[in-house]
Amino acid sequence: MTIEQAETEMIEEFALFDDWMAKYEYIIDLGKDVPMIDDKYKDENHLIKGCQSKVWLHSEMKDGKIVFTADSDAMITKGLVAMVIRVLSGHTPDEIMQSKLNFINAIGLHEHLSPTRSNGLVAMVKQMKLDATAHNLAKK
Amino acid sequence: MDTTLKSKATVKELDVESIRKEFPILSVKVHGKPLVYFDNAASSQKPLFVIKAIEKYYETVNSNVHRGVHHLSNLATDQFEAARKTIATHLNADAGEVIYTRGTTEAINLVAFSYGEVFVKEGDEIIISQMEHHSNIVPWQMLCERKKAILKVIPITESGELKMDEYKKLLSAKTRLVAVAHVSNSLGTINPVEEIIELAHARNIPVLLDGAQAVPHMKVDVKKLDVDFYCFSGHKVYGPTGIGILFGKEKWLKQMPPYQGGGEMIKEVKLDKSTYQEPPLRFEAGTPNIEGSIVLATAIDYINQLGLDRIATYEHTLLDYATEKLSAIEGLKIVGQAKNKSAIVGFNVEGLHPYDIGIILDQQGIAVRTGHHCTQPVMDLFGIPGTVRASFSFYNTTGEIDALITALKKAIEILKK
Repeated sequence: MTIEQAETEMIEEFALFDDWMAKYEYIIDLGKDVPMIDDKYKDENHLIKGCQSKVWLHSEMKDGKIVFTADSDAMITKGLVAMVIRVLSGHTPDEIMQSKLNFINAIGLHEHLSPTRSNGLVAMVKQMKLDATAHNLAKK
Repeated sequence: MDTTLKSKATVKELDVESIRKEFPILSVKVHGKPLVYFDNAASSQKPLFVIKAIEKYYETVNSNVHRGVHHLSNLATDQFEAARKTIATHLNADAGEVIYTRGTTEAINLVAFSYGEVFVKEGDEIIISQMEHHSNIVPWQMLCERKKAILKVIPITESGELKMDEYKKLLSAKTRLVAVAHVSNSLGTINPVEEIIELAHARNIPVLLDGAQAVPHMKVDVKKLDVDFYCFSGHKVYGPTGIGILFGKEKWLKQMPPYQGGGEMIKEVKLDKSTYQEPPLRFEAGTPNIEGSIVLATAIDYINQLGLDRIATYEHTLLDYATEKLSAIEGLKIVGQAKNKSAIVGFNVEGLHPYDIGIILDQQGIAVRTGHHCTQPVMDLFGIPGTVRASFSFYNTTGEIDALITALKKAIEILKK
């Protein structure tokens, strides 16, 4: 599945909900299944500091593809993190670097991705792309 | 002041339903639900009385102040200086002691720079408290760094009150200034400022009070307090953003050098040396926020029409009501339980992140603030990432507090599933 296909799949899942409560309950549920970061990586180096909620992120290369693991101290943030990981994890650094992540907008969660919102998610996406760049450089 | 702009809400008891009609924004819908605005400690909403005064300024007065020979410039200058007088009278100060700033933050920075420049040297001490807003911490840290001075911090109790015994111990012959909040923005504590000032003055130490959370909610008399510096922001007191006030006793202001250089603040400019105006103009470089200054006085007129005593009494009933209703929720802990409190309630629900609660409340039209509220040292003390903060104004109602409680219960239900 390409990143865009994964995004489309996510958009379709969210289209099933017509009220905000169901949508947020689903986000929280997705957070419960986030590929959990190993405790040994839950340190300052892996902490992406948002203003309000903490996000820890780890990435490693497996067979030319990046695998992300993460955690957050806030449930909604954790759900959003899980969504981005579901879309990006298992793809090559180039694919990740070029991804547009339009699905957040399409689902109507754009307020969480606006750079002025201090919830750590924007910083996290930026970090994932930086990780992709770093893994790419290490490969070359 | 212009008498054509009169608030309709000049009745004996606060007529909250009429008052609410004067605030157009209170009738907007958020996510399809009626707005419940409980973020007043961050910024207050504006009544038509104030909004119309902004319009009126640009339609009939707008011009630059102090330098013009023409009619409009004189009119703008008259209103700008009349506003200073209104604000001074409100604080029981002299107009010459009232400086226009961008807000509380700039007012504190001004004192930290200009007072610090003359009165603070290596090894001297500045006293602040653990409950200060970052804007009453960082300017002093910067001053201390610049002058190799030392910052001393009054600790606070579990209930969110200053440890006055510790404060007494911190005061010394090296103390050059005490800078504390009149009212805490995250805990709601009303500090014993009379006692703080008295103790400092016994050693001839001046005191600055950050009044950002006090001026919108209570009568402040700088002469009665005998405070040396007092600051507040226009936008928290139902006026515009980008305008604030620094009150400073004349005896200090006269000895302080300018904070910024430019037009307005000079007496004479020669290429080798310039001389400066007397206060307050010495501290007002550049074209000021003319509209903001004039309209801030309008906002002050507005709260005086309502009556600060009545505002304080009514807001206290909201605080008591909210405290009682919130305390009844299982696992909810109020952060900041001082005996003497302003209408600010910070709280946490066991096992839940304040950010999650804030998002779910927002979906239900309830505007609260979540996070550390620019008081990280307070959150560190309590070992929490932040709080959910509901802060009330005279236009809020117990019905809105009921809506918060219902929405909060729903948030807990969703998040604890």
